[in-house]
Amino acid sequence: MPDAVITIADLSKTYASGFAALKHVSLEIERGEILALLGPNGAGKTTLISIICGIVTPSDGTVTVDGHDIVRDYRDSRKMIGLVPQELTTDAFETVWATVSHSRGLFGKKPNPEHLEKVLRELSLWDKKDSKIMQLSGGMKRRVMIAKALSHEPEVLFLDEPTAGVDVELRKDMWAMIRRLRAAGTTIILTTHYIAEAEEMADRIGIIQHGELVLVEEKAELMRKLGKKQLTLTLQERLDALPEALQPYALELAADGESLVYTYDAQGERSGISGLLADLGSAGVRFRDLRTSESSLEDIFVSLVRDAP
Amino acid sequence: MNVEAIKAIYKFEMARTFRTPLQSLISPVISTSLYFVVFGAAIGSRITEIEGVSYGAFILPGLIMLMILTQSVANGSFGIYFPKFLGTIYELLSAPVSSFETVVGYVGAAATKSIILGVLVLATAWFFVPIRIDHPFWMLAFLVLTAITFSLVGFIIGIWAKGMEQLQTVPLLIITPLTFLGGTFYSLSVLPPFWQAVSLFNPVVYLISGFRWAFYGIADVDISISVAATLGFLAICLGIVSWMFRTGYRLKS
Ligand SMILES: Nc1ncnc2c1ncn2[C@@H]1O[C@H](COP(=O)(O)OP(=O)(O)OP(=O)(O)O)[C@@H](O)[C@H]1O
Ligand SMILES: [Mg+2]
Repeated sequence: MPDAVITIADLSKTYASGFAALKHVSLEIERGEILALLGPNGAGKTTLISIICGIVTPSDGTVTVDGHDIVRDYRDSRKMIGLVPQELTTDAFETVWATVSHSRGLFGKKPNPEHLEKVLRELSLWDKKDSKIMQLSGGMKRRVMIAKALSHEPEVLFLDEPTAGVDVELRKDMWAMIRRLRAAGTTIILTTHYIAEAEEMADRIGIIQHGELVLVEEKAELMRKLGKKQLTLTLQERLDALPEALQPYALELAADGESLVYTYDAQGERSGISGLLADLGSAGVRFRDLRTSESSLEDIFVSLVRDAP
Repeated sequence: MNVEAIKAIYKFEMARTFRTPLQSLISPVISTSLYFVVFGAAIGSRITEIEGVSYGAFILPGLIMLMILTQSVANGSFGIYFPKFLGTIYELLSAPVSSFETVVGYVGAAATKSIILGVLVLATAWFFVPIRIDHPFWMLAFLVLTAITFSLVGFIIGIWAKGMEQLQTVPLLIITPLTFLGGTFYSLSVLPPFWQAVSLFNPVVYLISGFRWAFYGIADVDISISVAATLGFLAICLGIVSWMFRTGYRLKS
């Protein structure tokens, strides 16, 4: 049985401006998973995270973290959570070491230089520990914020667009770090606009749009269910129109008439490819080359978000 | 009780103060000292003693109060306003820290700084004016209570302020005039009866009068009223702060 570490029930948020940023969101986050939240700008991802972490007050609904209500038992729930917010906000005049120690103290933990050293080394910040934060680059500041969130050894880590503005190499490092955290049992919730990132990292994917949780699904399941496969045939001779005999198939003739695209369901019992190839032969259509492709999470995401009302 | 968090906030705030000692410690001490040195020498030579106290010594308690008030308000307000302004407040809001602990950390640090300043000015004054402290316990009590109360006032302003302008105008337009008109430079008895009555609406009068009584045993209003007023202001500020936190006023959306 899945073991939920965070349970969100019927959560809604209407800001003072009257804007409904979240509408009746319910979600269970499983212990030890990596959940990626996707959604266009303004969908409500940050609002959701901010409520769980105690920065925004919910209008309606409840959230519990390991059984602790985020409002009533805020001490117990917040102790378990580390947050790396979307905005880069740091105490510019502080040193890296001071700011990380401060974070640990705020969360009620006794000083533990060994742990802080481990975190800073892991984030390649150890040689910067005595630098003032304002002397660091943007990517380093982002890592300082991650170090702050990890300073108190949280069991649940929220990463709100952790890799925005981070170079390719560093992003790879971050992915590796996230995997190590997960291997150590930390539950990770991340938001991202890089769908490849979600595809690479996540166990489950949630899609938020207009304040509603449109879908939550195992990544593999999602790809299988919504993923389409395509077979592209490059023809030997141009076709002006699709032959009559091939009409029943979901075939599309490219505009230049030089290739045919056959779309089929990846999870379907029968792809229908062998029948198609036989019918192509009898219709006298010859092809030079063939290739299959699978839709990526990106295609799935785009089609979902476009189709939603 | 999250004692580690209180320590963390307190340490963080004190570090901020000692990072710029010139601005946060030396300059308030010098500017306050200039008052009693210059006024004491210039005016003091023309004014006879006030109730047996030389003019330079007479204005000292009021000047210390003036500094405590302005510095407490400034520190209390900046301490909480800046994280709000920079956005770093997210961490405090997401930490397992109660409002009480937050206030103890921030206000404690702001008040500590004011008290340090008060002691520094007092030590400086020792070299220039003939001081006497008749009631050391009450002197210390007024110093500490006033520092805490006005650090709370600052804290409230810091949470309430939407911009730098509000942050600076309140102290400038309200606190400073009240202090200057609160009997720092004169005894209320020299005022015409009408202005004496008006002055009694100025809360700072009670603080200065009580503080001066602790030094020289002379007061404009009865000492028990001063004590009651000081405790009353503290209670009012605590009430406002706890209301702000209970409602998440201007801290959370
Ligand atoms: N304090 C606020 N007051 C009023 N409206 C707000 C406030 N904060 C956010 N909103 C609105 O709520 C909606 C959701 O915002 P949110 O920051 O949660 O989106 P998001 O999914 O994180 O977007 P992004 O991908 O751009 O970070 C937006 O339309 C935003 O304008
Ligand atoms: Mg966001």
